[in-house]
Amino acid sequence: MAAARRERSRDAAGSGLYRDVALVCLADGIVGLSFGAAAVAGGLPWWVPVALSVLVFAGGSQIAAVGVVLGGGSPVAAVAAGAVLNTRLLPYGLAVADVMSPAAGDGARGSTWTAVRGWLTRIVGAHVITDESVAFALRQADPARRRIAFWTCGLALFAVWNVCVLLGVLAGSMITDTGAFGLDATFPAVVVALALPALTSRPVRKAAGAGAVIAVALTPVLPAGLPLLAALGGLAARRIGRRIGRRIGRRGPHGVDDQFTIDETTYQVRAGQAGGL
Amino acid sequence: MLPMTAIAALAALTYGMRLAGPLLRGRMVVPARAERLFSDSATVLLIALAATSALTAGHGFAGWARPAGVLVGGLLAARRAPFPVVVVTAAAVTALLRLAGVP
Repeated sequence: MAAARRERSRDAAGSGLYRDVALVCLADGIVGLSFGAAAVAGGLPWWVPVALSVLVFAGGSQIAAVGVVLGGGSPVAAVAAGAVLNTRLLPYGLAVADVMSPAAGDGARGSTWTAVRGWLTRIVGAHVITDESVAFALRQADPARRRIAFWTCGLALFAVWNVCVLLGVLAGSMITDTGAFGLDATFPAVVVALALPALTSRPVRKAAGAGAVIAVALTPVLPAGLPLLAALGGLAARRIGRRIGRRIGRRGPHGVDDQFTIDETTYQVRAGQAGGL
Repeated sequence: MLPMTAIAALAALTYGMRLAGPLLRGRMVVPARAERLFSDSATVLLIALAATSALTAGHGFAGWARPAGVLVGGLLAARRAPFPVVVVTAAAVTALLRLAGVP
């Protein structure tokens, strides 16, 4: 009786993870559908969203890159925008490196096979580092469970994302009048939804507001794509805001915004936010 | 147009940033300032992308229907509405405004 109960509670813990991963996959799948549909409806060939999804596999940067070229921007500007969004993957990789190293005891024998397997794990594992898989991994304290959470989320998301983008491409190529369905509004709406959770602190809100004004103001005069990169100049607004804030001595609760600590909580809070899906 | 070489370049840059973590494990710590700059840059880019793609088409104004739809979608997102609701509402508002003759 007790054993059965224990079995059931262990099941519940495990299926809790699977249920959460399934929900995240569902949400991302819908974004993938709209990404695929909007990309081909905007006039790109079918293989562009598909190749981006398989090879880049980072939703925010895929959406940004396609957004730049659909706006008439150059491929170089598209790649630059996408790459800037993906710099966050570097600290993510450092945070979850342990789930990609051989499990304790495995490496003890030091055989060639163990080394090969270790490398394969790293090569595949690196590709499925996403906001979501990192968030799921860091939520687990136990190393074995971290591993399970990371790989379950990473691999499931890779499969779901790519299938949904493909379905979106099929749907998008059947729609001829995108304007009538308001499809052109879905793209910016998705981007807003991606960025909103990261606008938690006052300096970031200032920087984002300044960046948006810079980009929109420069759009009529600069070649497409460049205004977006110029928006990074808005980052200076963080510092100006902070300096002024310090001068008038109004630290108050906003002083907290200036603190930045790298710990698992920060990753949890941020994972799935700025640029993530 | 996004040629295959550009896709490959973005893929290579992205994979490099992903693999660096597992490879440099224990030998590198990203300074907090750099990490903050990464995450702030991403947010600034996304908001700027949202603003330009909502308001502009080519070098000019996109008309009122699109930004109105995006605004409603954004308000829903700020109220933590689920993703599908945000996307469908933004499209529906824009489509209805166009049906009513708003450019």
